[in-house]
Amino acid sequence: MCEKSTSMLEVKELSIQFGGLRAVDGLNMRVKKGQLYGLIGPNGAGKTTVFNMLTGVYKPTSGGIFLDGANITGKSPVEINKSGIARTFQNIRLFKAMSVLDNVKVGMQNRTKYTTIEGILRLPRYFKEEKQMNEKAVELLKVFDLDGEKDALSANLPYGKQRKLEIARALATNPKLLLLDEPAAGMNPNETAELMDTIRFVREKFDMTILLIEHDMKLVAGICEELTVLNFGQELAQGETSAVLNDPKVITAYLGD
Amino acid sequence: MRKQTKNNLITFAGTAVLFFTFAALSQAGVLNNMITGLLVPIGIYVILAISLNLTVGVLGELSLGHAGFMCVGAYVSGTVSLVIQNSPNLNVPDWLRFTVAIILGGVMAAVFGVLIGIPVLRLRGDYLAIVTLGFGEIMKSLANNIYLVMDNNGLHFGFTQAPELAENSEGANELLRGPIGMAAPQDTNIWIVTVVLLICLAILMMFIDSKSGRACMAVRDNYIAAQSVGINVTKFRLMAFTISAAIAGVAGALYSHSISLLAAKKFDYNLSILILVFVVLGGLGSLRGSIIATIILYALPEIFREVGNYRMLIYAIVLIGMMIFNNAPFFVQLRERIGASAPVQKFKGIFKKKNAGGAE
Ligand SMILES: Nc1ncnc2c1ncn2[C@@H]1O[C@H](COP(=O)(O)OP(=O)(O)OP(=O)(O)O)[C@@H](O)[C@H]1O
Ligand SMILES: [Mg+2]
Repeated sequence: MCEKSTSMLEVKELSIQFGGLRAVDGLNMRVKKGQLYGLIGPNGAGKTTVFNMLTGVYKPTSGGIFLDGANITGKSPVEINKSGIARTFQNIRLFKAMSVLDNVKVGMQNRTKYTTIEGILRLPRYFKEEKQMNEKAVELLKVFDLDGEKDALSANLPYGKQRKLEIARALATNPKLLLLDEPAAGMNPNETAELMDTIRFVREKFDMTILLIEHDMKLVAGICEELTVLNFGQELAQGETSAVLNDPKVITAYLGD
Repeated sequence: MRKQTKNNLITFAGTAVLFFTFAALSQAGVLNNMITGLLVPIGIYVILAISLNLTVGVLGELSLGHAGFMCVGAYVSGTVSLVIQNSPNLNVPDWLRFTVAIILGGVMAAVFGVLIGIPVLRLRGDYLAIVTLGFGEIMKSLANNIYLVMDNNGLHFGFTQAPELAENSEGANELLRGPIGMAAPQDTNIWIVTVVLLICLAILMMFIDSKSGRACMAVRDNYIAAQSVGINVTKFRLMAFTISAAIAGVAGALYSHSISLLAAKKFDYNLSILILVFVVLGGLGSLRGSIIATIILYALPEIFREVGNYRMLIYAIVLIGMMIFNNAPFFVQLRERIGASAPVQKFKGIFKKKNAGGAE
């Protein structure tokens, strides 16, 4: 086992109950700093529900979540984002009627200081910080090759680019841990390959820890270092990627019995 | 220059030129009585429409009680003006009295905005529509039943009936007369309305084109995603709703000072819906659209009064025409080409059921 200081996320005995359904049941997981970690499992296994608990959308019925040593169990989504977790969504959730640039700027605004009054009166700090925000946002969009479309409405982007914009918006909040919920869903093999490069690049450039849910096994095998397999809300297997993917239990769960 | 800045400048300059031109023409006596009489109410309704657009178009929340905030502004400002005017010891110049009255009208409307917003805007769903609907009716009924008399002994307040005055009462003056209403001094004119309108327009534009406005739009477009990037949803909703209420209060203040006898029944449900129609047909989120729609839809029925019964038919045709203009693909493309600020959402945007539950 590694020392405590190197783990970015620790999940202990995490469970949630929806009426009679125990959607996640006693999950233990540890993601190390700088790691690319995969959460996989068949449809309805509870993967997205885990993300929803990590980001405060759902309150766990029991168990604990620790980010970089701090207990964030039961905190609100806003507090959790401020303490360093950002995410994307399985069903893309962009700010549709806003421009690509503004989507990213919304992600940045918690780190600006000008007040609403300063904004209305157009005092100097408004101009200074808006300018900085614009520059940083464009820089971030460049990473995802979206800077050419910065003034387009986000709803008008093609599907693959919308997924990328969601990642850019999440990164704009300056997180320690990035959660990606099926980033390659709906992409063709070329787009997926490109996305894998982008994810690797993001990890290098921003020194990011990434936890991702994915059904595309090529992507998972290609970039994840460790995996947790979830089945009916429970951990089926955990460990180094190639070992987990060759585990007969996992293969049966995926092929069905 | 950024596209939005340019759009805002065009809207602002266009509005200023239009209203100042008409103000000058009416001053010069070139306009007929009917048109001159329309200018002040049109200006006031434009203020109401752009302020409601902040709640409905930018924040994406349905408010059915905008007339209620207008009512608060009208009654508070009117009372302030009447009390100052009837106090022999207070020697306040008219312009100062009017300014104070307008500001207090706006502030009190904002206070009601906060009182409603704090409990309601924490919730998700269409609660705001229901609560504001009730609020508007309550304000109307309250105003309809308030009596205020001023005599040498000071102010006397009565609810549902006029207060009884002491024996030594002298110089009694009825300021608020229940259902009969209130006769505030006639300070409002088209110049003042134009200036106030431009100030309100500028405030709204600056607010929308700042991080606070972006936060509101983010909440409107996707509540869960907004929270996921750390937007304090309740704070920004409360802020926008309060600004919207305050500006409606200011419009109410201008209104009460433009009508010789103002009765509370004016501020009913129909008025709130009328303003909402201006906003929806002008395009949700588009201030320019609200201004244009208000001018056309307010002026038309008046101008066509002569054609009698066909008036409402024409009105209906114009409504349908504007709806098509806003939503037909051909016009949407046309607007995009000429770079006009397009309404951001269609009808379904605000009336749709907000998807409940978690985040997939
Ligand atoms: N808010 C909720 N109320 C009730 N049941 C829920 C709720 N959210 C999720 N569930 C249930 O929990 C289970 C796990 O759902 P979840 O969305 O986490 O699956 P998943 O692993 O992400 O699946 P997929 O691969 O299809 O995205 C499902 O049976 C789902 O119906
Ligand atoms: Mg899922």
